[in-house]
Amino acid sequence: MHNPTSTDVTTSETSHQPAHPRAGEYVRIAVILAVITMVEVIVYYQESLRPVIVPILLVLSAIKFSLVVLFFMHLKFDNRLFSTIFTGPLMLAFAVLMALLTIFHRVLFGA
Amino acid sequence: MAQVSLPADHAAEHEQTSTGLSNRKLLMWSFLGSECLFFGTLISTYLVYRNHSLVGPLPQNVFDIPYTSVSAFVLLMSSLTMVLALAAIQHGNVRQMRVWLLATALLGTVFVSGQVYEFTGFVRDGLSLQKNLFGTTFFVLTGFHGAHVTVGVIMLFSIFLNSFRGKVTQKDSLTVELAGLYWHFVDVVWIVIFTVVYLLPY
Repeated sequence: MHNPTSTDVTTSETSHQPAHPRAGEYVRIAVILAVITMVEVIVYYQESLRPVIVPILLVLSAIKFSLVVLFFMHLKFDNRLFSTIFTGPLMLAFAVLMALLTIFHRVLFGA
Repeated sequence: MAQVSLPADHAAEHEQTSTGLSNRKLLMWSFLGSECLFFGTLISTYLVYRNHSLVGPLPQNVFDIPYTSVSAFVLLMSSLTMVLALAAIQHGNVRQMRVWLLATALLGTVFVSGQVYEFTGFVRDGLSLQKNLFGTTFFVLTGFHGAHVTVGVIMLFSIFLNSFRGKVTQKDSLTVELAGLYWHFVDVVWIVIFTVVYLLPY
């Protein structure tokens, strides 16, 4: 039986992994997250944006979620198996949420 | 099943696995996947019963958005300090790791303290678990999140103290990474809760 050598694993593991972000990049991402949070609060207080506040807030929230998961949790730079293990249940949770909201005839706009 | 060695950058784990990946890391990601479902059910329940309380107090009567925005910012910054702690230990800088780890734990403590203060205010205003649907779903959701943050703070303080006993070195960076994954997830859940519970209009 062929036993893969550590050299083979090393080659395949490292050749597909981009370098992890440096400290400065983490700070930049944190600044972006803070700015998005500020924008969310500003949007909340803008009466003129009430008709579209839900999609705006959900999109901003999704961006923050993605930034933390991809960069702080290193999912962007790690093995794809980790992404599969995490996003599978995440998608299932989202599907359950949508199903429940549909079953109970709830919408996110205050009905 | 064929066993393979981990690549050089993971060799510190001295672990041989069939995937070439750390079993501990796979387990943590699996756990976080299950946590997605756990918090997904709590958030779903909150949304299903949203705006269906028969009596007050209602969210618009008790929420203080500027206050909660500050606590959201505190938790976001704790994610930054956590990832800086990981970067420090991956470069072998234990002292710097301790600084960032302590900062993360303290920010987490500030967040939980803020939650306790906020919730005692809500209770003073008449909101409780049994009062109405809002009280039940809100306190269960945020209470479980707060418990998760508390567990995270205890974990971080444990790693911080262990580092003084020589138990956290560069070759142990995976331990910090796993704690970081948990911490970032707790932050990510709050990102969702802050938007869905506090900011969406009632």
